[in-house]
Amino acid sequence: MAYTQTQIGVRSEASLQSLVLRFVKDQFDDYRESTIGAAFLTQTVTLEDQTTVKFEIWDTAGQERYKSLAPMYYRNANCAVVVYDITQTASLEKARSWIRELQRQADPSIVIALCGNKSDLAARRQVTEEEAKKYADEEGLMWCETSAKTGEGVQEIFTAIAKKLPQNAPPSARGGRPGPAARAGVDLNKQASGTPGQNEPCNC
Amino acid sequence: MDEEYDVIVLGTGLTECILSGLLSVEGKKVLHMDRNDYYGGDSASLNLTQLYRKFRPELAPPPELGRDRDYAVDLIPKFIIASGELTRILVHTDVTRYLEFKQISGSYVYRDGKISKVPSTEMEAVRSPLMGLFEKRRAKKFFEFLQGWKDEDPATHQGINLDKDTMKTVYEKFGLEPGTQDFIGHAMALYLDDDYKTKPARPAYERIVLYTSSMARYGKSPYIYPLYGLGELPQSFARLSAIYGGTYMLDKPIDEIVTDANGKFVGVRSGGETVKAKQVIGDPSYFGAGQSGEAGQIRVIEEGKVVRAICFLKHPIPGTDDADSAQIIIPQNQVGRRNDIYIAVVSSTHNVCAKDVYVAIVSTIVETDKPEQEIAPGLQLLGPIYDKFVSVSSLYTPTSTGEADQIFITRSYDATSHFETVVEDVHNVWKRVVGKDLVLKKREVEVEA
Repeated sequence: MAYTQTQIGVRSEASLQSLVLRFVKDQFDDYRESTIGAAFLTQTVTLEDQTTVKFEIWDTAGQERYKSLAPMYYRNANCAVVVYDITQTASLEKARSWIRELQRQADPSIVIALCGNKSDLAARRQVTEEEAKKYADEEGLMWCETSAKTGEGVQEIFTAIAKKLPQNAPPSARGGRPGPAARAGVDLNKQASGTPGQNEPCNC
Repeated sequence: MDEEYDVIVLGTGLTECILSGLLSVEGKKVLHMDRNDYYGGDSASLNLTQLYRKFRPELAPPPELGRDRDYAVDLIPKFIIASGELTRILVHTDVTRYLEFKQISGSYVYRDGKISKVPSTEMEAVRSPLMGLFEKRRAKKFFEFLQGWKDEDPATHQGINLDKDTMKTVYEKFGLEPGTQDFIGHAMALYLDDDYKTKPARPAYERIVLYTSSMARYGKSPYIYPLYGLGELPQSFARLSAIYGGTYMLDKPIDEIVTDANGKFVGVRSGGETVKAKQVIGDPSYFGAGQSGEAGQIRVIEEGKVVRAICFLKHPIPGTDDADSAQIIIPQNQVGRRNDIYIAVVSSTHNVCAKDVYVAIVSTIVETDKPEQEIAPGLQLLGPIYDKFVSVSSLYTPTSTGEADQIFITRSYDATSHFETVVEDVHNVWKRVVGKDLVLKKREVEVEA
């Protein structure tokens, strides 16, 4: 059985993008600038019971930088990953404010995962595991530490999210914005290729 | 903020967001700011808290309306006409990936005290009470003439010259009654007044063709509508802009448009900081609209006013077969006015309000000094109104093209029922800013798996 999940990413000081690139492409680039023109990334996780979860990941494209993330990002998102940098105390503060925003604006069933990135730089740590975990527990968030650089914890957190999702969110029952086939409404792209009135085969 | 940009865009209304998105895709370095802490400017969709903050700052929304986040109340009543230019831009820029659309269920027209559905199929046309039997035959001939028209084939012209003959002449040739003319001109060509009748017929011909081809696209009505409200449109173009490197700053007061000794644009001052750019684009509210006694140059002038009443109902509009959404047009002749009254209604089907709530917006161009009374014929069609938010907005237009001072101002959202004039403005401003016509290219699909 396939589940399609939409997910939003909220970046903090530590770039969610590097985490996502590690997850999706198993790559890491120290000097990576924001990817221009990349709006979606997808990756599929297969669980032990053979269910597959397809992540459709929305990059926030820097709109969060000046608190200007559009509510559009929260619509239909089943999950949000909020990343902080374990070497910067201020980044956890920013993460907290995003989590408050998500709790206020997003659907109550949204799964929120808090990720302490740069676990490879533990020597320069400013945020303790205890502090972050305590906060996550209080707010009912998933929590882990990751390293986009070495890949440590990355696969694990996405797998953990995947396990938690199907119980929380029925497959595409809330629409999501996946393929046109799952849409109840009208598909504008259809008219661009086909002639009006000509029905395309339904692939539901 | 000490970087220098190619273009600063002020206001996140739909016009500005489309321009911002297209400019970023073109490779321009764009800074996009808004004084509000939400996207959309005058074309935003607001949740209850934001709606009350705007219209009734002293009151909190009544709990009985339900959850704040379930609401996305449009400030302007417009729909997307299916075969129109906005649809083309949505498809070409691929922002359809961020949006979902639903049809508007029906289009209605007011005649002799009651509303009737604008026929969407031949069957409905045959049964429609809008015309008598003989008039139906005449109307059929008229529509066959329009549909068969080919510029290059004089045999299809039946002696009419669309570029010289007036629409009045065309109506008379087919012997159409005044009521039918009202219906065609206002409910199909979507003219707000009767001035079109004395002008060459081609624009009316094009509007009727747009309406009928849009009607044929999805069936029930010529309109589609984005889930979660019209405010999703500017947000999706803002996202396009951000993905291509555009920088976004909401909740940013704009204190001054800074110019040099020759009046040419230098930058924008917000608080103690001035950001520099080569060009600025913005909605009229950032350039002195509505402010009196401001020293310096007058950059925008008022062209007219629109009155809009946002109404919460607890029931569908009577006479619409319980439609979850509809447009109702009251042609001016029917109520002794110069301009039509429009009603646009949407509901929880479109994820814009709580279940069993309907949001209707009644609007018209202001003709008297008592605007609220002017929309009374529209309000009367709604049945009991749970709550009502009335506003009168000025329509502003820039006084110059902006090419001399590199200050480019967009137009206010007018009283038309769809976004075609908004897209016209986008094309217009683009040409002035970039110096060449806007050519839409299909964007590369950027899903990486």
